[in-house]
Amino acid sequence: MATEAIGWLGVPLGILAGTLRGSAPFLFVSLGECLTEKSGKINLGLEGTLLMGAMSAYAISYLGVSQWNMSPAISPWIGVLVAGLAGMGMGLIHAWLSQQPRVNDIAVGIAMIIFGSGLAFFLGKPFIQPQAPQLPSFELGKLLSSSPIVQSALQISPLFILGVLLAPAMNWFFKSTRPGLFIRAVGDSPDAALAMGVSVKKVRMLCIIAGSFLAGIGGAYLSLVYPGSWTERISSGQGLMAVALVIFARWNPIQCLWASLFFGGAQAIGPALQAVGIDKGYYLFNAAPYVLTLLIMILTCSPKKTLSGAPGALGSING
Amino acid sequence: MAEVIPSVHQGSVSELDAAIAPPDLEVVNMSKRFGSLVALDQVSLHVKPGTFHALLGENGAGKSTLVKCMMGFYRPDHGDIVINKRSRTIASPKDAHHYGIGMVYQHFTSVPAMTVAENLVMSRFDTTTVINWKQEMAALQAFMATAPFKLPLETLVGQLAAGEKQKLEILKQLYLHSKILILDEPTSVLTPSEADEVLGLIREQVTDGKLSVLIISHKFREVTSFCDEITVLRKGKFAGTGRVEALTVADMAEMMMGEKREPQPVEKVATTEVVPVLQLHNLHANKDNGLEALHGVNLTVHQGEIVGIAGISGNGQRELVEVLAGQRSATSGQVMVNGEPYAATRKQINQHRVFVLPEEPLKNACVPHMSVAENLALRTFDRPPQAKGPMVLFAAIRQMAEQLIDTFKIKTPTPETPVGNLSGGNVQRTVLARELSADHINLLIAANPCFGLDFAMVDYIHGQILSARNRGVAVLLVSEDLDELLKLSDRLIVISGGKFAYESAIAEADFAAISHAMAGH
Repeated sequence: MATEAIGWLGVPLGILAGTLRGSAPFLFVSLGECLTEKSGKINLGLEGTLLMGAMSAYAISYLGVSQWNMSPAISPWIGVLVAGLAGMGMGLIHAWLSQQPRVNDIAVGIAMIIFGSGLAFFLGKPFIQPQAPQLPSFELGKLLSSSPIVQSALQISPLFILGVLLAPAMNWFFKSTRPGLFIRAVGDSPDAALAMGVSVKKVRMLCIIAGSFLAGIGGAYLSLVYPGSWTERISSGQGLMAVALVIFARWNPIQCLWASLFFGGAQAIGPALQAVGIDKGYYLFNAAPYVLTLLIMILTCSPKKTLSGAPGALGSING
Repeated sequence: MAEVIPSVHQGSVSELDAAIAPPDLEVVNMSKRFGSLVALDQVSLHVKPGTFHALLGENGAGKSTLVKCMMGFYRPDHGDIVINKRSRTIASPKDAHHYGIGMVYQHFTSVPAMTVAENLVMSRFDTTTVINWKQEMAALQAFMATAPFKLPLETLVGQLAAGEKQKLEILKQLYLHSKILILDEPTSVLTPSEADEVLGLIREQVTDGKLSVLIISHKFREVTSFCDEITVLRKGKFAGTGRVEALTVADMAEMMMGEKREPQPVEKVATTEVVPVLQLHNLHANKDNGLEALHGVNLTVHQGEIVGIAGISGNGQRELVEVLAGQRSATSGQVMVNGEPYAATRKQINQHRVFVLPEEPLKNACVPHMSVAENLALRTFDRPPQAKGPMVLFAAIRQMAEQLIDTFKIKTPTPETPVGNLSGGNVQRTVLARELSADHINLLIAANPCFGLDFAMVDYIHGQILSARNRGVAVLLVSEDLDELLKLSDRLIVISGGKFAYESAIAEADFAAISHAMAGH
């Protein structure tokens, strides 16, 4: 393994590289979920949306080149857009279902996970074999070092940068724009929003759809950047973890960014250790993100307190 | 005054604001039905410019429906809203604002997780998407400088006291340049002195001809001291109108109830023995958010005594009742009943005969989807005669339920109807039947037992609580209604900020000192 050339330094480098590469799906899904939950709804179905996004991005990117004579520089970007649109479609279903009277968000969410992943596997069967053109990356390593190891580690996707910029933008949106304030009002006290003449249903619908759009983009990142292929196991529960991550981040977009980086890094612990020759407990280290999810859930739950920062009307059942 | 706001754009309202008197508002023959229920039947109302108008009526008389039709929440089936002699359609709160009508709701409509400034800016109906906070803060500070009450702009609304929240609701309407304020029981969460302050300041604005006010109130004291005219509704129909000066309280009550009725006198039997039943030693408990709600409370309630706890909601009463009902664990301190430590386990509840009438009975004392009969049996289903070994005897449960439904006059189609389908008053009756029907009660804990109920029901519940006391039951009565406490209690305690701030026997109770203690000074 080439990494052995730089010895133990490979571990932090590996984790850094993993953070830069692997945190974008967490980031997009958690920002999407953050937006949804700020409006008072929970969308567990983002796991299914993520898979739909990954599949449709990959399929469009591949079909664009092989069937519709697109340039390989353009077709993956069209793929990203279609992934977002597929996400919006999924969001529309969730938004409509979860706002029916006496329907529970969580139940709809679980149904949407199964529906989304099933549909993605069904439609994605023909695309497992072929190779689709990938999104380009900025070669940050080339500016910093001549070492090929460092160069290959420090590649940054424009999608990731977009996600990083999106976090403060969303934070500003919630603080300093009227629609942002309305979303918070709807999520925190729907009665207040109603008294201001804001349609709770409409705001929630738009938030769920926009959040699902972001989750779809997160899916595109999975199949077109990293790991950069389409398989049925591609998301490995990242969509669900992102929901936990929003709680961890206290419904704050900036903290969603930090939390996503943290999870992305944690995910890279196993591979990084393996690269320096620690094979024992590989699966255990790979479970790091899941263990962290569990730990966060345990640490943040308490029978005596309600969570600070949680939108007041989160997950309450309609009528 | 001719045309007012319709032709003027939102942005320029403020400049004209000072010059414009409130419009003349009239409701003509308004009707509204919900399914088969007629909520409003040909109701008319006239709020003249620059007057303080009270809308009176018992619960369910249609007051809220009427103002909600005026605000555009409901679409009336029939009838007109006439503003400055022109018929107008109000289809949403936005339209109402357009005509200068703004409403202050019974329940706060500010968002607790946002600051005062954010709430004010958000409530405005203009359409700028991006908020320039620098500019807005400057404008808000200028507004606060001229406002009748001051509030800190950067504070989260959730951290304001109830009185301040109510002031914010009113400020919001002034900030929106509303010329007609509709106030829905605005003082139900305020201390008497806070209520007087808020209403007094609004009264000044009305006297200056800057505002008209339509207030829904149950408190005759407020009506007689602040209002010019009243309109009374009874069972969805117009029952009368008139100038306050020309009417006595008895006249108004008669209009509301359709008959002259004196409140039932309270008869108390003097108790001789002093046996402590409930004892609290240095009790501490936390709120939901982990902050301390009760800071070391000491209390003794004796046999045949009603101890009243007064206070503005949010000062630890809820947590106190929840600890006693077993819904919350105390962080430290001790609860003793009959001299034994008490943790509200099912066994102890039964052994010590402790009964609870909590606030929001549907949430705190009922299983909404279970039937009335099952809810009535919640305390007894696991013991004979309703159980035989591990078997529950439904026949016995039904038989007892039928009896209780009869004695406590619970209006339910059948004993099998889910209790969640009953009206608020009947849910309260169901809980009352369950908690007060036991042959031997030792301790009764009641929290706001009459909240939102009409006069007849209030009298009934008061009678039940008093007769329990006269039978020797120790009663802890927590209420936000000071009149109720003064009427029923033998001893009155004021809770403020999680501590007892005032205590006296009812005969020596000093109204000013109580009010002072409630306000937390």
